[in-house]
Amino acid sequence: MKLALRELRRQPGRFVTATVILFLIALLLMFLGGLVDGLIDNSTGAVRAQRGDLIVFSSDAKNSFLRSEISAETRAAVEAVDGVERVGGIGIIQLGARVPGNGPRDLADTALFGYEIAPSGVPETPPALGTAYADESLQASGVEEGTEILLGPFRTPITIVGFVEDTNYLGQSSLWASPETWRKVASENRAVSALPDGVFQSLLVVADGSSGDLVTRIDGATDGATESLTLVDAANAIPGVKEQRGTFGQIIGVTVAIAVVVVALFFALLTIERSGLYGVLKAIGAGTGTLFLGVVLQAVVVTVAACVLAGAVSTVLGVVIPEGSVPFEFGPSRFVLSTVLLLFASAIGCAFSLRRVLKIDPARAIGGSL
Amino acid sequence: MSTATKVDVALRMESVRKVYGMGDSEVVALDHATLTVERDEIVALVGPSGSGKTTLCTIAGGILSPTSGTIVVGGNDISGYSPKQLTEFRRTMVGFVFQSVNLVPFLTARENLLVVDEVGQRTGAPARKRADQLLDELGLTDRSKNLPSELSGGQRQRVAIGRALMNDPTLVLFDEPTSALDSKLGEQVMQLIRSEMKARGTSAIVVTHDERVLQFADRVVHIADGVLAA
Repeated sequence: MKLALRELRRQPGRFVTATVILFLIALLLMFLGGLVDGLIDNSTGAVRAQRGDLIVFSSDAKNSFLRSEISAETRAAVEAVDGVERVGGIGIIQLGARVPGNGPRDLADTALFGYEIAPSGVPETPPALGTAYADESLQASGVEEGTEILLGPFRTPITIVGFVEDTNYLGQSSLWASPETWRKVASENRAVSALPDGVFQSLLVVADGSSGDLVTRIDGATDGATESLTLVDAANAIPGVKEQRGTFGQIIGVTVAIAVVVVALFFALLTIERSGLYGVLKAIGAGTGTLFLGVVLQAVVVTVAACVLAGAVSTVLGVVIPEGSVPFEFGPSRFVLSTVLLLFASAIGCAFSLRRVLKIDPARAIGGSL
Repeated sequence: MSTATKVDVALRMESVRKVYGMGDSEVVALDHATLTVERDEIVALVGPSGSGKTTLCTIAGGILSPTSGTIVVGGNDISGYSPKQLTEFRRTMVGFVFQSVNLVPFLTARENLLVVDEVGQRTGAPARKRADQLLDELGLTDRSKNLPSELSGGQRQRVAIGRALMNDPTLVLFDEPTSALDSKLGEQVMQLIRSEMKARGTSAIVVTHDERVLQFADRVVHIADGVLAA
């Protein structure tokens, strides 16, 4: 082990190629991961921000906010279920917003939510009729506190009274308003989908912490009129989220496979190059296990160095990429996940060298002259 | 496996045979070789290329197993040892000095000696003390922190000798120890080998083509076509 570390320290040039290639692979992994995290965060923020345990959709809605409709009777049945502490209605309408100072066709994509239980960062009491809190992503469109934006074809005026973080829905900037504001905007701009008083598209359920399967109890209490999901499941049910995860997951998988090949080739070449040295070490009593562990240790160090460099560059990218341009979110969990994946790839790659280390004959050290 | 016990016979090879398969045919590399090396005896092994010197040394050093015959080193019969046992045997009982010296290029002279301990039992402080002592005896104290590339050919050879002696071996196998040195340096190295072996009571087989080396050996053994001739 000491031998392997000393080689890294004293002959770093030998490992530069592998480090650079692994750095590029790690950067690609972290950038792709940052993109998928950004895309998914940008789609699911409104659900993740909910301060509750379950979201209840109507059973025919296929877990879509837009198709769902919960009547007052159904809500009452949900509220009566054992284990339910509190229920709040959620309504949503997606509309283009005209921002003062922008061109007439330069619409900002927004999703206006009417809420009864405030999500994280949003004041508990909904703002007055005709006003809303906006996700800070709307600032990229020139919206400031006090700006009056016009929603939809009817150009319903909404005054922005403050900003919240990380609450976007399907890539659209969310607006958080009272149920009355939501009903007004919906009836003025999309009358066919407007819902009467007491009816919401979905419900947020806060559990009282008692044990048992609340999902089954709620859906049973409504005679199957509802389908309840945890917040995580509700976020995953948002259109495109699974597909984005799947697509990026496959690309990341291929990148990891490439890393396996790169590490395998590099350390196989290095092992071939060192076969004379390994022969000598075997002749003086080094076991195959000791030599192979040295190879693995070097691969781990090279991989960690490459990942730390890539992590630093990704962090800088996260800072310099302008808000609202590319949905890029890079955090510690993505760094750790990418590093673990690459370490796994390195270990697999090194395993290909094991056969070569095993095959090295200590008699090689003696040379042909004897 | 004992390293501390010094027995009167360092190496005893009895009717050792090594046969390599070459396609359908067989090549006899060593043919019923019988050789005894006494304690602190230095034996020069002389023979043309392909005569079986490599095979004899690799078998005596526990790198290869014989096809048949008995090999006893320091009282241990290694003829039937498994590869793992042979690794342990090489680590504790024999020393090698290779023709091309083969020091680890990124380790200092001192670290090249300590590598024997690192791949073995890792005794730590005693090994460091022994390495310093050997470097001192070999006149290398002031070069102990130099890499092999910073040492002369003679100094590298001395480091290799020190490495071979680190595990206090019963038998040291020298492969053409003077081939890369000029005659004056070669003579100095052989003098050093002789004095170190005799001082420790360690036995050695020195494989050589160099007639001038023979004067430093206690006995010369010739080998041709795998057959030993005293």
